[in-house]
Amino acid sequence: MRSEDVQEKDEKVSRRDFLTISALATGALALLGIVAGVFRFFKSDASYEEARSFKIGKPENFPVGTFRNIADKKVFIVSDDAGVYAISSVCTHLGCLVYETDTGFQCPCHGSKYNQVGKVISGPAPRGLPWYEITQDVDGSLVVDSSREVPAGTKNRFS
Amino acid sequence: MNETGQSGISKFTGNLKTLADSFTSSVFRGGKPSSDKARASVIYNNFFMHIQGVKTHINTLRPSYTLGMGLIALFLFLIVVASGIFLMVYYNPSLENAFKTVKNINNVVFGGKVARNVHKWAGEGMIVFLFLHMARVFFTSSYKAGREFNWLIGIVLLILTFALNLTGYLLPWDQLSYWATVIVSNIMMSPKELTDSLGLTKFFDVGTFTTDFVFAGLNPGKESLNRIYLFHVMLLPIVISVFVGIHFWRIRKDGGLTKPEDFSVRNSDIGYVLEPDKTSGIFPTHKTYGLMELAKGKTPAVDKDIENTVMSWPNLLIAELAVLMVTLAGVLIYSYYIDAPLKEMANALIPENPAKAPWYFLGLQELLSYSAFMGGVGLPSAALLGLALIPYLDREQYKVGVWFTDSTGKKIAVESFIISVIVIIGMLVFAVNFGWLRNWFPEIPQLVITLINPGSIWVGFMILWSLFVIKRTGSTRMGAMALFVMFLVSYVILTYFATEMRGPNWGFYWSKSQWPIH
Repeated sequence: MRSEDVQEKDEKVSRRDFLTISALATGALALLGIVAGVFRFFKSDASYEEARSFKIGKPENFPVGTFRNIADKKVFIVSDDAGVYAISSVCTHLGCLVYETDTGFQCPCHGSKYNQVGKVISGPAPRGLPWYEITQDVDGSLVVDSSREVPAGTKNRFS
Repeated sequence: MNETGQSGISKFTGNLKTLADSFTSSVFRGGKPSSDKARASVIYNNFFMHIQGVKTHINTLRPSYTLGMGLIALFLFLIVVASGIFLMVYYNPSLENAFKTVKNINNVVFGGKVARNVHKWAGEGMIVFLFLHMARVFFTSSYKAGREFNWLIGIVLLILTFALNLTGYLLPWDQLSYWATVIVSNIMMSPKELTDSLGLTKFFDVGTFTTDFVFAGLNPGKESLNRIYLFHVMLLPIVISVFVGIHFWRIRKDGGLTKPEDFSVRNSDIGYVLEPDKTSGIFPTHKTYGLMELAKGKTPAVDKDIENTVMSWPNLLIAELAVLMVTLAGVLIYSYYIDAPLKEMANALIPENPAKAPWYFLGLQELLSYSAFMGGVGLPSAALLGLALIPYLDREQYKVGVWFTDSTGKKIAVESFIISVIVIIGMLVFAVNFGWLRNWFPEIPQLVITLINPGSIWVGFMILWSLFVIKRTGSTRMGAMALFVMFLVSYVILTYFATEMRGPNWGFYWSKSQWPIH
């Protein structure tokens, strides 16, 4: 009888062990919650950044052959036979601003070079310059949304 | 009432005359220690002294052993903290005011320019002396014999020092700060280069997470400056202070600095070690025996002062004071003649050309110009991991405390030095003249560019070379020696190359005077 009792007691978790384990587990959970909360706390909800969608004016301001650098919006607006398009001027390598050259674009920081449609031709940039969506507002002016990318080569005619 | 018959006034004037002495003795209760026993008790009982042992090994005092590097780094840190508090009086971390207040400190505030120069140069000096200290510890095998963990703490201190320097660099919000912030935030985003290639970004976007955590958004703005300031003046200094404490505590627990096993006192040691003063205290002079002590070992140490140690007071304290004075003088002289740079106010529309990181990151920037992820995240992590693992992969316990271990060690160090200089310069020449994969195969997938670039090839070469050295010499210590020499050489050469030979558009120029005017 007694030996069986002892055996049974061994297999069950003793009250002391149970309390220890549950205390440790609760502590670990609480710590995890705090850590997650801290990371969530650091992720700011309000953004002080400028709106990434902006008007650039009426289509007639961009006749065929226009090449304009809108520096404060970090975008190039180009217009050719096929239509108007917007290419980002932010280098995809480390975020410097590219400038235009005869063959396309060039970044001053680490020498990335892009061709006229923003494709990487040399240097460390991991991908081409993004093309942004251009739409027309009800008042007729063109709107560039630099939070929306379109496939390179997307050109639209507006009137 | 008046037992001695003195008048009250004469007692008062008597007290007045002895005021200085009685005040001093009320603060320093024991008075100036006059015996070794008293000196021991000062070290033992004083809060500021107890970080050191009562006795110090003569080897520690030999200037040629430590060269005082770690101590200089510590004193530079204290100087940085002190000067930083002065700068905080005027600095204001907001986009509108940051640049103005730094300019104010520089040009208007009394002593402001010196305070800023001291803060800047002492902070950057910490990096230099931490590297030198690390080299000393490495080349004397001092990461061994139970000191592995302290080596790790040291690497943590190095990383924290980099972080402190970088966050400080961003605070003036001039052109250098702004474009460095842009570059750093993009480096933090660069793991996307890898996760994008592998199609993992939507599950595991570590790049966005860290950037958002540090800069409160993906573009540097007012929130970013606030956080950088918080990290620079609160979080990082507190953390580094704790780790400095642990670092020193471990030195005490490991029995002081390393020393060679066959250490013997030389005649020249008398130059910086004072004879034990046994005229008073527990050792009467007329006795002909010394106190024997059984430390580790088989025989009692007879006829030696205990284990070749001398009193820390005054021997060690004088040495430390001397290093402090030299450090302070060096920082002040340097800061008097050379001004910390301050460019124009941050302008998000005009990138610097060339946009260069602070010098201590320029070696990395050279690697960044092949791949953002490998140069900014992959290779630095590999280098730090390699440094951290050295004491665990090399566990040979011979010749601890001897510079370059032995003649083979010296040979391997020189050999690795020459080979790494040749290979890394050859690699840079090749990359400058012939470009890299993208120039030859424009359609190549990004993953290939990320993984196969001059930086990763160089790291691969270092690993293979040290494995070859291990095989040839049969010693892991020699492999570690080769690896560490190559690490130092690549840091120095890459830094020099990116500082002096990279000009506008990251093009190659023999010197700054050849830069095109733009």
